[in-house]
Amino acid sequence: MANRTIIPFGPQHPVLPEPIHLDLVLEDEKVVDAIPKIGYVHRGLEQLAEKRDFNDYLYVIERTCGICSFMHGMGYVEAMERIFDTEIPDRAKYLRTIWAEMSRVHSHLLWLGLLADAFGFEALFYQTWRLREQILDMFEESTGGRVIFSVNKIGGVLKDMPKEMLQKFVKNFDGMEKELKKLTNVFLNDYTVQSRLKGVGMLSPQDAVYLGAAGPMMRASGIKIDTRTLGYAAYSDIDFDIITSKECDCYARCDVRIQEIFQSFHIIRQAVNKIPDGEISVAVKGNPNGEAFMRVEQPRGEAIYYCRANGTKFLDRVRVRTPTFTNLTPLLHTLKGCELADVPLLILTIDPCISCTER
Amino acid sequence: MAKVSKSPWMLHYDGSSCNGCDIEVLACLTPVYDVERFGVLNTGNPKHADILLITGGINTQNKPVVEQLYSQMPEPKVVCAVGICACNGGVFKDCYNIIGGVDKVLPVDVYVPGCAARPNAIIDGVVKAVAVLEEKRKKYKKERGEKA
Repeated sequence: MANRTIIPFGPQHPVLPEPIHLDLVLEDEKVVDAIPKIGYVHRGLEQLAEKRDFNDYLYVIERTCGICSFMHGMGYVEAMERIFDTEIPDRAKYLRTIWAEMSRVHSHLLWLGLLADAFGFEALFYQTWRLREQILDMFEESTGGRVIFSVNKIGGVLKDMPKEMLQKFVKNFDGMEKELKKLTNVFLNDYTVQSRLKGVGMLSPQDAVYLGAAGPMMRASGIKIDTRTLGYAAYSDIDFDIITSKECDCYARCDVRIQEIFQSFHIIRQAVNKIPDGEISVAVKGNPNGEAFMRVEQPRGEAIYYCRANGTKFLDRVRVRTPTFTNLTPLLHTLKGCELADVPLLILTIDPCISCTER
Repeated sequence: MAKVSKSPWMLHYDGSSCNGCDIEVLACLTPVYDVERFGVLNTGNPKHADILLITGGINTQNKPVVEQLYSQMPEPKVVCAVGICACNGGVFKDCYNIIGGVDKVLPVDVYVPGCAARPNAIIDGVVKAVAVLEEKRKKYKKERGEKA
């Protein structure tokens, strides 16, 4: 047996925008084991439900994570609407769908950029993030915020998008789609990129199910699971496919996420065509009583929200289970047996969101 | 903006932020905002860095990490707290695991409030930090009896 060395990885590391610590046990250049240590971003957000009333708590839960803040807010308000047994107006449902899909585009573009950065392709990183700025401009125009929007409320949404704005956005998406196609060509067909991604970090379908992978990680291993098919918001009226890949490696995860961006454009176009006129919110009165459970498909996979109310304005319990947390186990599995140089890449392919994980 | 004699390098560390400010810090580096036109480079190594950019509040787990990063940076150095959480704890102020803003453990020179801090504000903060760095460098040289 070769000598074993332990290399500490993180919490501060050039490739990680967020802190996570891994002790990598190496034999020569091969990783034989990885021991994670988390908690660098733990704030104790769930417990804050005891100190903030259920309306204010929305602004706290949106700040679980800045990348998918809209989806966190949406999961929480949909759970609360179930407790209140409220049906929200159709227009609000469509607006939520549009913003949710825009968040997915923004998150996946962000990830693609970070991926390019991880294998040292700086120009590609810059190009992807330049494209992403267009989405952020649209967010700013429609909600007022670039990363944190606070447009959800229990009973609907706070802001409306006029027809002209929606048409303009669809036009912008056409332009973005063209530019993205050029970038896709580099991500999927470039020889050097392929040499870094193909065959790296294999996760078999059996392992993906057994270890509880979520989102694109699961779908890249060929398992057809997407929580959007449950039909929350306006997804029940919208026609879309679940994108999967059979290759199970980093290349497949990259491919799945890129196809999901195109899919999101497709969903937004449908939503803009179908969006009905009318109110954007209904009044919700009184204090909540009861419990509810909500599942939302975030860019990183399935997130679960559980709320229990007791008839007062403070909730008894809020529980969030986020996709990155479940993706950590498959990550540790794929790390075993990989080369040290591939470790940053593998950590990135789960699309880690540590502030979601630790809350 | 003060006259800059050297190109300042910055080190970014995510304290316990929600990620919103982190992606805005990264957005500063990319083409639309491009902080590199001021000669500011993002580095991953604290030993190369002049400006420590911290997002998010301090908790028990990351307190030693932040202190260690700061101690590894060579003098003169500037700390820039980005986002309201780094300034005083922000929305997470009442959380059981949050000690408070960055100034509880490090001397902060520049505060950039906002939730999330916009890239324009972050760039403004970095430029201010550069001015502070310049002053500190002069003071540091004077103390050592070198010509400024």
